[in-house]
Amino acid sequence: MKQAVIGKQVWQGSRAEGAAKIRKLKRLAPADLLLYAAAVIVLFIISCALFPSLIAPYSPTLMNTDQIMQPPSLQHVFGTDYFGRDVFSVVVHGSRDSLLIGFVSVLVGCVTGGAIGAVAGYIGGVVDAVFMRLIDVLMTIPGVLLALAIAAALGPSLMNVVLAVAAASIPGYARVMRGQIMSIKGRPFITASRSIGTSSLSIFVRHVLPNSLSPMFVMAAIGIGTAILTGAGLNFLGLGTIKEIPDWGALLSQGRGYLTVAWWICTFPGLAITLFVLSINILGDKVRDQLDPKQSRA
Amino acid sequence: MLKAVSVRLYTSLLVLVGTMVLVFCIVNVLPGDPALLILDPSSATPEMIANLREQLGLNQPFYERFGEYFLHVLQGDFGKSIVNSEPVLPKIVEHFPATLALTALSSLIAVVIGVTLGVLSAIHRNRWIDIVARMVGLFGISMPTFWSGILLILIFSVQLGWFPAMGSDGFSTLVLPAITLGFVGSGFIVRMVRNSMLEVINEPFIVTLRAKGLPGRFIMYKHALRNALIPALTMVGVIIGDLMAGTVVIETVFSRQGIGRIIADAIMAKDLPVVQGVIFFSAIVYIVVNLLVDISYTLIDPRVRRTG
Repeated sequence: MKQAVIGKQVWQGSRAEGAAKIRKLKRLAPADLLLYAAAVIVLFIISCALFPSLIAPYSPTLMNTDQIMQPPSLQHVFGTDYFGRDVFSVVVHGSRDSLLIGFVSVLVGCVTGGAIGAVAGYIGGVVDAVFMRLIDVLMTIPGVLLALAIAAALGPSLMNVVLAVAAASIPGYARVMRGQIMSIKGRPFITASRSIGTSSLSIFVRHVLPNSLSPMFVMAAIGIGTAILTGAGLNFLGLGTIKEIPDWGALLSQGRGYLTVAWWICTFPGLAITLFVLSINILGDKVRDQLDPKQSRA
Repeated sequence: MLKAVSVRLYTSLLVLVGTMVLVFCIVNVLPGDPALLILDPSSATPEMIANLREQLGLNQPFYERFGEYFLHVLQGDFGKSIVNSEPVLPKIVEHFPATLALTALSSLIAVVIGVTLGVLSAIHRNRWIDIVARMVGLFGISMPTFWSGILLILIFSVQLGWFPAMGSDGFSTLVLPAITLGFVGSGFIVRMVRNSMLEVINEPFIVTLRAKGLPGRFIMYKHALRNALIPALTMVGVIIGDLMAGTVVIETVFSRQGIGRIIADAIMAKDLPVVQGVIFFSAIVYIVVNLLVDISYTLIDPRVRRTG
């Protein structure tokens, strides 16, 4: 029987291969397609941020007074704005600041919050109590307001927006890290390691820390989307610097005044934010499902 | 139980004092010299800066300034606006009802849509209602409110003319902003309720109920839902706080009057006492909301009552 099947496969050769490919494609659930689409969008927008000049058809600062507020056309796919700039090119170039805010603030927030949580959770006692009361206090101010206050106090600049968004995310990371460290700290393999005389620092670096990191990755993955939204919001409110090439939030805010005459100026930057954050969240959910079996069962 | 509540009340007061210190530090210490933030150093004369420093009380040591602020706040004095010398607290109190109405309506929308969709999506997993719920969840947390709000204005005000695009008089002006903000909240709640419900459905006690032969609907709504909503309730307090913070953007987009708008304008005008006042006021509201959530928690969950 087995012989016959193998024989059939050999005989059908490439046809069987083709059929297998089709079966494989059919097996791709809509959820997988969504995942691939999300990955493609994220990669495309990241390459926009890295190489804007290669992707944008026009210079983002080129003002064409003959073509002010033209609706989307083949020549200008996202239309032109009140200076006659090509909106698509401005959006492509603006991705750099928007993404920078998202990624850098998550990095800063995750590392700072993680460090606070790790120290508090591992050392415990008074250190833990002090750090956690500090975090409790930080948490009484909703994230957006905290970011707003810090950005307002520091004055308008891109770096300050990054710092503000990062600071607002610190409490969340600190709490998750602390919880994780405390649960790992009590496991039998840590006691075992201690009983053979491993130093406290070495246990922390080699066992506790590596085992505590995966929820942080999950949180950071989801946090990129939130950070981009908060950052764009601060720029929308005018807390970033006024630059020649606005980021998505600032561009949207500038286009708002022309809403009734030129809907495309603020529609497309918003679409860019939504698409990117949506895709990041789809990928983030996938990372969570992979790293956190308890959640993925749910 | 009364003891648990009073302990909670006491810790809330402590946290409130901590928050006051934090807000004071952010606004007064973080910029280095607030006078230089308010005045443009390139055009202001040294006398102007010195005068403003005097006016802001920056010449006194930090602890004295904070002590003074603390005593004033206890007496209900949140300071005066630098721009027009108006007292801060009456202005906040005057504009708070508009923000409260917006926050309340959007929270209602968020909870109703979020819980309904979340529960239905967990019960009918992988059916069309589940797909709708997951989409609402994803879009809710991914769309910036300043964009979705503008889209709603574009469609329902500019094109269809059903609702006014701006203003804060009457219910009709509340609809679009509340939907915009409520949609974000429902995104978070859908995801959370769905997860928590799916987790409960897999618990052994649900399997036992099934083995006993109880009808599925009864198990879901009587047993699973109750247990799933407990973790969701804690998050509702946090989400209400986030929605309140979200009014800063929403009130700007829809040109509404409210404390969100006050702080947005104050930030633009670098009116630090107003910024400080509004943030501290919002923190008080947030702490009170979470206190209420915690107390309702003890009412709903008998396990918390016993241990608390």
